[in-house]
Amino acid sequence: MNKAAAPLPPEGGPMTAPRPGESQLDSSEMILNMGPQHPSTHGVLRVVLKLDGERVVDAECVIGYLHRGVEKIGEHRTYMQFNPYVDRMDYVSAVSNGLGYCEAVEKLQGVVAPARAQVVRVLLAELNRISSHIVWLGTHALDIGAMTPVFYSFREREEILKIFEKYCGARLTTHAFRIGGLQWDLYDDFEADVRRFCRNFPARVDEYETLLTENRIWRQRTVGVGKLDAATCKALGVTGPVLRAAGVAWDLRKTQPYSGYENFSFEIPVGENGDTFDRYRVRLQEMRQSCRIIAQAVDALPGGPILAKIPKVFKPPVGEVYHSIEAPKGELGFYIVSDGGLQPYRLRVRPPSFVNLQALRGMVRGALVADVVAIIGSIDIVLGEVDR
Amino acid sequence: MSGVAIPWPVGGRLAQPPGNAGNFMLATVYILLIFLGISLGVIIMNWAERKVLAHMQVRLGPMRVGPHGLLQPVADALKLLLKEDLVPQGADRLVFWLAPVVVVMAAFSAFTAIPFGPTAAVSDLNIGIVFVLAIASLGVLGIILAGWSSNSHYPLLGALRSGAQMVSYEVTIGLAVVAVLLHTGTLSMVGIVRSQIESHRWLLFREPVAFGLFAVAMVAETNRSPFDRPEAESELVAGYHTEYSGFRWSLFMLGEYAGMMLVSAVAVTLWLGGWTRPFPNLHGGGVDVLFSFVPAASFLLLAGLALRAALKMPGHRRWRAQRGGLLAFGGLLLGLGLWLTVPTVRAQSQNVFWFVLKVAVFQYFFIWYRATFPRYRYDQLLRIGWRILVPTALANLLLSATLSLWLP
Repeated sequence: MNKAAAPLPPEGGPMTAPRPGESQLDSSEMILNMGPQHPSTHGVLRVVLKLDGERVVDAECVIGYLHRGVEKIGEHRTYMQFNPYVDRMDYVSAVSNGLGYCEAVEKLQGVVAPARAQVVRVLLAELNRISSHIVWLGTHALDIGAMTPVFYSFREREEILKIFEKYCGARLTTHAFRIGGLQWDLYDDFEADVRRFCRNFPARVDEYETLLTENRIWRQRTVGVGKLDAATCKALGVTGPVLRAAGVAWDLRKTQPYSGYENFSFEIPVGENGDTFDRYRVRLQEMRQSCRIIAQAVDALPGGPILAKIPKVFKPPVGEVYHSIEAPKGELGFYIVSDGGLQPYRLRVRPPSFVNLQALRGMVRGALVADVVAIIGSIDIVLGEVDR
Repeated sequence: MSGVAIPWPVGGRLAQPPGNAGNFMLATVYILLIFLGISLGVIIMNWAERKVLAHMQVRLGPMRVGPHGLLQPVADALKLLLKEDLVPQGADRLVFWLAPVVVVMAAFSAFTAIPFGPTAAVSDLNIGIVFVLAIASLGVLGIILAGWSSNSHYPLLGALRSGAQMVSYEVTIGLAVVAVLLHTGTLSMVGIVRSQIESHRWLLFREPVAFGLFAVAMVAETNRSPFDRPEAESELVAGYHTEYSGFRWSLFMLGEYAGMMLVSAVAVTLWLGGWTRPFPNLHGGGVDVLFSFVPAASFLLLAGLALRAALKMPGHRRWRAQRGGLLAFGGLLLGLGLWLTVPTVRAQSQNVFWFVLKVAVFQYFFIWYRATFPRYRYDQLLRIGWRILVPTALANLLLSATLSLWLP
């Protein structure tokens, strides 16, 4: 970083972007409009950057290009009908979204999914965590200029998506779970498929690490870039791997276990510096841990029913509920208010991507243009979830 | 004094390159041959880069247009030619038009001083290497013009990066080249190779550090990964040629690939003995004859690969055209291979073959880097250039100048 560079303007408040006809830019400054069409803003994120040469003086996120009114739609669909809609929020981790929603509604209704359904849910959700992290890894590496990991990682993702497809017929927007449990039981070769995946996958993670972890360029591009300390994370409500990379061992699977996560042994990987490299390392470790959980779940798969008793006409009692799960990107919460009718009175989603994205501005100030894409990548946002 | 001017590669021996002999007719023929050769090289490179990258990334690469995607470069060239010619609003039209032309001209014209053999050069300038470096560095002018004239932010940033990067790395290139000149005592490209032949040692073994510096700096000079800052796709969309499309864009690509071949050709001439074959000091025991069959053998190998692939294609009717095409291509390679076994052709093709092969190895490395490395950040790139490469080059220069007092 250039030490002689002019001090940054104070944080907070809108960015002082010049309106037409007024000039608030230094002669060396310029406004760069990054997105919504840009190769590495991961969808339709728009970041307005104020640059001094290559140095970012200030940045402003503009979101809403993918707003589909998911929450409002929820008020006009029955509880069952809304279930597929949540898949379309964070579309690379549709299974986790479904898990969060189904559990929230079950909590509202006061039912518990049968034991077998719970274990299958954990299994699929962890497979989904791996597939989500894999997409992140490939695209993040591509942002930093390494073009090969994305092809390796999609090779493994394909195996996971094949398992999803065999199970529920869909690869991306799976609609895998039903309120009260599962609609389908596992297919015959499921256990063999999952076991084979678990056997192969750790070696594949080693392969990614060979390409990246000790690579000098990768280290120079990620170590110390986009630092976010634990206090800032907590102040902004940042969760998930970004928070854990800052050294806070906060994982809802451990702190508020749901769906029987307390029965599995796994560790919560944490970082130290909260920089881009630590987020990378935390996510790679999480993939390995997920693999551990999957292996345990396959071994401990109980028999029995897969769907709890659910009334045909589903009318939860009057009341409200907040339930959150540890989605691949952080805390995914559903807040549902029921007036006793067929449809939720109000449905509110607490999306991890949206909350984590708020940390972007603080991280990119003072960084270089190349760091901006690395930092956006390291937060791991999905715009479908940010805008809903 | 050129004697009878019979065009290469069929003809007799010339005493010196046609440019020096004053034979303008033959020099023009050489220029056309080089132009065609470079264009063909770019086409091959285009296909090879996709295929090699694809296979490194566990995928197939182009497979649909022609057998194993062999016609993909042709299809792409057609597509680019047929595209609408867009000039952005507010662009400086003249400069916008000029920029890709400058890039291509710079890359191509520097080849006139590159010797593919003792006489297989357009001209052997007595300031050869200086001429090549000077013309090659004009390419950055085209890039800066492109970035400036596009009237857009991303190209402007790309052009600024490019300017800073090329100026920095040319210092290293210059210092590395000077270290070579200490040993050769001449600036002439033919002279540099001749001095390596006379001293029975490629300069790679006398100036390994300078070669390493050049090998790094030449990647930066051609804007290739991991130094592809000016066109960093994930940051600057497409860098300096963001606003270019169609034919103008293809000119930039042509210039980039020709530039890669040019810097590789310089490296081969300066450090790897130019047109000489590997182990040039071994002559006895039929080694000469053995090496003279390598060009033919390599073409026959390629032909064998093509024919094998043709035979391995599925028997379905749908593949008939593809199989026929691949058989024809294999036949062409086979014919070339057999033609290369004819004694006169064998003798004539040696120099050019070895030169092109060495350049091709460099091209493979360029592709390999691209598949392996992440991209350096702008400030890191300049830091490497100024804090590591330039001091090392200076130290190396001092050291080899001192050493050459005792070790001629």
